Amino acid sequence: MTAAGIAGRAQTAGWRPARVAARLRRSWPSWLLILVTLLFTAPFLWVFTHSLESSAEWAQNKTVLWPHAPTLANYRAVLFKDGFLTNVANSVIVAAATTAATLVFGSLAGYALARLPMRGKSAILGFILLAGFFPLTAMIGPLFKVMSRLGLLDTLTAVSISDLIYTLPLATWLLASLFAQLPEEIEEAAMVDGCTRLGALRRVVAPLAAPALATAAVLSFILAWSDFTFSLSFLQDESHFTAPLAMLQLGQTKFYTYYNLTDATVVITALPIVVLVLVMQRRIVSGLTGGAVK
Amino acid sequence: MAEIRFDHVSCVYAGAARPAVDELDLTVEDGEFLVIVGPSGCGKTTSLRMLAGLEQVSSGAIFMGERDVTRLSPRQRDIAMVFQSYALYPTMSVQQNIEFPLKVAGVPRRERAARAREVAEMLDLTEYLSRKPAKLSGGQRQRVAMGRAIVRRPQAFLLDEPLSNLDAKLRVMTRTQIAALQRRLGVTTVYVTHDQVEAMTMGDRVAVMRDGVLQQCASPRDIYLRPCNTFVAGFIGSPPMNLLPVPTAERGVRLGAAVVPLPRGTLAALNGDREVILGLRPDAFELTSEAQDAVEVHVSLVEILGSEAYVYGQAAIDGRATDIVLRADPVDAPEHGAVVHARPLPERSHVFSASTGQRLGS
Amino acid sequence: MSAVDVAPATAPRARRALRWRPGERTGYAMASPAVIALAAITAYPLLWNLWTSFHDVDPLTGGTGQFVGLSNYRAVFSSQTGLLAALMHTLIYMVVSVTVEMALGLGIALLLNRPMRGRALCRTLILLPWAVPTVVSALVWQTLFDPQGGGVNYMLSMLHLPGSHTVWIGATASATWASILVADAWQSTPFVALMLLAGLQAIPRELYEAARVDGASAWQTFRGVTLPNLRPALMVTLVFRTLQAFLIFDIIYALTQGGPGTSTQTISYMTYYNFIVSDNFGVGAAISIVMVIVCLLIAGVYRVLLRPST
Repeated sequence: MTAAGIAGRAQTAGWRPARVAARLRRSWPSWLLILVTLLFTAPFLWVFTHSLESSAEWAQNKTVLWPHAPTLANYRAVLFKDGFLTNVANSVIVAAATTAATLVFGSLAGYALARLPMRGKSAILGFILLAGFFPLTAMIGPLFKVMSRLGLLDTLTAVSISDLIYTLPLATWLLASLFAQLPEEIEEAAMVDGCTRLGALRRVVAPLAAPALATAAVLSFILAWSDFTFSLSFLQDESHFTAPLAMLQLGQTKFYTYYNLTDATVVITALPIVVLVLVMQRRIVSGLTGGAVK
Repeated sequence: MAEIRFDHVSCVYAGAARPAVDELDLTVEDGEFLVIVGPSGCGKTTSLRMLAGLEQVSSGAIFMGERDVTRLSPRQRDIAMVFQSYALYPTMSVQQNIEFPLKVAGVPRRERAARAREVAEMLDLTEYLSRKPAKLSGGQRQRVAMGRAIVRRPQAFLLDEPLSNLDAKLRVMTRTQIAALQRRLGVTTVYVTHDQVEAMTMGDRVAVMRDGVLQQCASPRDIYLRPCNTFVAGFIGSPPMNLLPVPTAERGVRLGAAVVPLPRGTLAALNGDREVILGLRPDAFELTSEAQDAVEVHVSLVEILGSEAYVYGQAAIDGRATDIVLRADPVDAPEHGAVVHARPLPERSHVFSASTGQRLGS
Repeated sequence: MSAVDVAPATAPRARRALRWRPGERTGYAMASPAVIALAAITAYPLLWNLWTSFHDVDPLTGGTGQFVGLSNYRAVFSSQTGLLAALMHTLIYMVVSVTVEMALGLGIALLLNRPMRGRALCRTLILLPWAVPTVVSALVWQTLFDPQGGGVNYMLSMLHLPGSHTVWIGATASATWASILVADAWQSTPFVALMLLAGLQAIPRELYEAARVDGASAWQTFRGVTLPNLRPALMVTLVFRTLQAFLIFDIIYALTQGGPGTSTQTISYMTYYNFIVSDNFGVGAAISIVMVIVCLLIAGVYRVLLRPST
């Protein structure tokens, strides 16, 4: 609070209309921000509200803020009758697998790029980052052929491997930045104290790297969870679909205009991400913006 | 049994124009406190790191006792190191930091804790044992780093400028503590610094390095009284020795109006050189009122440091105005702008070759 | 002076066994899983596409597999196949959406840059739309754009604004594109805002204080201090967004399937269509190569613009 701010505050204290008006005029950025935030969250709220609406109420089209008789029937139906639970499980499997592979590959590559003497370091890093910009739909044709030849068509494995394109560039970049920041002397101290290089990594570097690994893991999970293109291209059997794909397919073929049911699938699909973001928001923000602004 | 020997050791970085360390031959006696000193880039830290096993030796060999350790990893060498930045493990407490080497070696928990506590007491760290490094002051962190090194009872201690991150007062205090500690423990110690005061006050012997080459390795006294070349002469001692290019005369050298006589051995070593470098420390002059046998100095600045004073000025030597520093008694120190007469004391003079910088004579 | 000259002749070459410091070889080994995985997913398809685009390939019927020269490419640019139209649609959409999103994102970033209570919460909530899958956004807005029960028309009628009976999706091309833009912007603007916010927060406080001392107005400060220092972040975000907008696929597929008719088919959509639906791999490959070239052009243009004109 600057001196001017405090003085200004004094001028607008109190509840007389003129003073209130002055306060509103002064705090217009806050109000605008609240409005903007509402605009961005309102669609979620709308969808959530309508997911609690029974199909009967939905047909009557009365609900605005809250259904008269909110029910979880839609969720039960969608998860158990329409098999959406399987789809959610598939998404979990794919996202978890991709995240695990990303952490392993990304840490190895990130550490090597940050620490070890290599010629062509910038070329390697440049390639990894460039891969993140590659047009996805250009890949699905050739990858389709490869997957079918490998017998991986219609499997979650195919999707998981392809999802690495979302996660590896960002994760490697993040982890390389982190490892570059860790002072090399700590590893050296550990080696002088009796560790092998691997031992030093395990005992000393790993705990320090844990936060960055967590960030990389969260971002990878979110990105892999969102995949649609590869699921759409490789998966054929409904029971193999991932959640986003099943959500769309059910909505288009089974639920049709019964948006209350579709909304239930939407909420389920979005929920893990919402939870992750709310819990890890600071990590996510720092992970995204850490190296972006060079 | 921990005598350390560098045998023709060189370290060359790929693509570098000259070696970082060039054919270093150095022996550290068992139990000795050796200080390697020199300006930045002189190769002292590289030498220490080669000894630790953190830097590759391009050629030559390093011995600890009878063992050739040149190709061994750090953990196989039984050494402990204190890094300039202390390199404490940030996720561990002070106690865990100190215990770490013991934990890696498989020492059982109770013994670990006991030894750590013992070391903490020695270093006055007992009340900080559960704190993490981030919550410690610079001096405390430095002591933790030392504790981590001591607890192992290694064959040798390696210290890489451990005092450079401390403030001046703390530096002086810690200096004496480290020296006392080493004497008490009796472990062979190699200590690297750029500060010549540290080198002179702490070392049993001092090794001066420059541009990767060892200049001289001798006791502080010998280095001070008989520097082997102009670099060592100018590096050790503060304010630095006056190195004055002077013409030779029949029995000595001519310094302004004075003639400084030289011993016969030195005269012989002159070998017909017309010009040499005369080294005279600020305390090698006597300030007189007589112009005879003295050099005339125009005073430009006087620094009074309490127990001593230093006079900075110009003298006409061999036709050129040369900068010169003299020590004076603070009680009757001259004033700015005054002209004083400084008589050089021949027994405190050093002569160096004008071409090679090497010491001439004894 | 090469490294070979300097290495002393006496350096022992034979013994590599007990070196504590792993050198280049370990480095390459560690980086290789990531590189190989990415190369398999990007470089291989690229090369395959390059080869295929010049041949007649059809995985089901086998095709002739013959070299057909540029006929696939000609198909891309012929107006008959509608691919040229798709390319045009995509480019126009790219320009419009990037402009809108950058402007909005900058505004939001400036808002978020002010210190106020609850700022972190707002930032998190605004970030949510970006994090959820794209098809979630598509379906959310499908619900909202529903002519009868949708929130958009409801709000419009509540506020007594015109257009409250519009059929947003699937009726007219312009309304459909508008709904695509909304769904995309809802997701992308937070990303832009976040990137620009980071850029804003990197501007040292002293620059603003100096401007205030010099008596600059709010607009002058914005132009003289904020914008120039924001340039790197702006450029990076622009590149990201432009490429993403050009490649837009998920939302199109989920929301409109390229309809009404073919008016909202984008170039990515056509690639998908040719690869997976009509199995016309040759044409699909040709479109892919064209896409890659355009992407490189876009990146190249920005690279040139990014060179600081200090």
